[in-house]
Amino acid sequence: MSNGWFAGLDPDDDAAAVEQIEAGRADTPEDWPQQAVKAGFADDEAAYYDRLHEVTMAATSAAVAEQEGADDQQLVHAVRAMADCERTANELAERVAEWGGSRYGDSGSGVEYARSLADQDDEDEGDTALRALAEQTAGLAGEADSLRAYIERTAPAVAPNLSMLAGPVLAARLISLAGGLEALAKKPSGTVQVLGAEDALFAHLKGNAPSPKHGVIFTHEYVRGTRREDRGSAARALAGKLSIAARIDHYSGDRRPELQAELDDRIERIQARAEGGDDE
Amino acid sequence: MTLPTGVERHEFGGETSIATQGEPVYGERTDGDWRRWDPHRSKLGAMLEQGMETGLEGDETVLYLGAAAGTTVSHVADFGGPTYAVEFAPRPVRELLDAAESRRNLFPLLKDARKPESYAHVVEPVDVVVQDVATRGQARVATLNKQFLTDDGRLLAAIKARSEDVTADPADVFDSVRAELGSEYELLETARLDPYHEDHLGVVARPRED
Repeated sequence: MSNGWFAGLDPDDDAAAVEQIEAGRADTPEDWPQQAVKAGFADDEAAYYDRLHEVTMAATSAAVAEQEGADDQQLVHAVRAMADCERTANELAERVAEWGGSRYGDSGSGVEYARSLADQDDEDEGDTALRALAEQTAGLAGEADSLRAYIERTAPAVAPNLSMLAGPVLAARLISLAGGLEALAKKPSGTVQVLGAEDALFAHLKGNAPSPKHGVIFTHEYVRGTRREDRGSAARALAGKLSIAARIDHYSGDRRPELQAELDDRIERIQARAEGGDDE
Repeated sequence: MTLPTGVERHEFGGETSIATQGEPVYGERTDGDWRRWDPHRSKLGAMLEQGMETGLEGDETVLYLGAAAGTTVSHVADFGGPTYAVEFAPRPVRELLDAAESRRNLFPLLKDARKPESYAHVVEPVDVVVQDVATRGQARVATLNKQFLTDDGRLLAAIKARSEDVTADPADVFDSVRAELGSEYELLETARLDPYHEDHLGVVARPRED
């Protein structure tokens, strides 16, 4: 048997009721109004519905405020902080590995090695110093992970369509590179395609390099998973849909699930070139 | 076709349209305290205008999936009983909250219709599930939410072909949605919602016994 949202609640406790509406769970629906009256939570069904109206209004309005409070600038800070933590953790992990190698022989590399050292017991002062550094490194890597989780939670509220197509982390990176969701929405899709590849772009504009085919969107499986000759096409198709998604997110906020199907279809056709000869 | 009690035909600027009584929500035309239920903006409104046998009589308990800004669910709450409105996107829910302010029988919930366990502790078994979710897997949403329907309850769904597959012929999409729904529901009536809503299929169905 499941419990209704009112189970165990003081009928006058607003905060607890709001919390229950938001976070509660039940396996199956039941005749809650009747149960609430029976349990003495409400005098009759009319009183129950009155209370339900109050608490669903309060809970939903709080949930909306929380999700909307995650704005694009918060996302920009979070994704930049995540990148800083990852970069610094990797740099320190290399230092830890080099130091560890000198003490214990060649025993590993990367953040994982730092994490394993952080859990070790100390034999002497050299161990203590190395372990302290390994702990800091593992801590930074952990911070990067929790920032990533925060981005994964909030990006879909800030930019639902962009997050749907790009995934929350890439969506946040694009918003960060553009400087905000509005700035991203105003960029032509050719710019979105090479965001994050500015060095290569300026080398090309100076005349001594080919034009970059993709920037940070390279991390998307639709670009990376397409064979080299067709990656430019895949990147262009993806960037086109991402710009449309960013514009809808900024200007209207509607969800357009059909964008995903349109993108899937475009990429499928581009990737099919590899099988069916080269002409489209 | 009989309209549910609380839904009437009224004249708005020379045009006859279905209407309900309540506070205006989306700038619709009004005639006294009757407000126009615009079938171009509401798929359930289109189903009623097209004469589909929805089985609605008035005063039903309703679970509405995909309430969005509350355009349709506000009309449902006008003629229905306790009405639970589920919507997943925070932005439209602000307007849904405004619509629910004056409707004591309307309960807004910011929840995902694909996760019924996240609102089964609030929603009671209902006479009618109205579904208008623009997501892929619309038949699956209907199946997941079948548990809320009483034995002789009704599913009133608007299926959007483009949400399932933009490139396929809508007729093919509807065939496969009908087939998928058929395992859990007995389909009583289906009809295209043109000209009000292109590439949408209206569905009236009754849950099959488990």
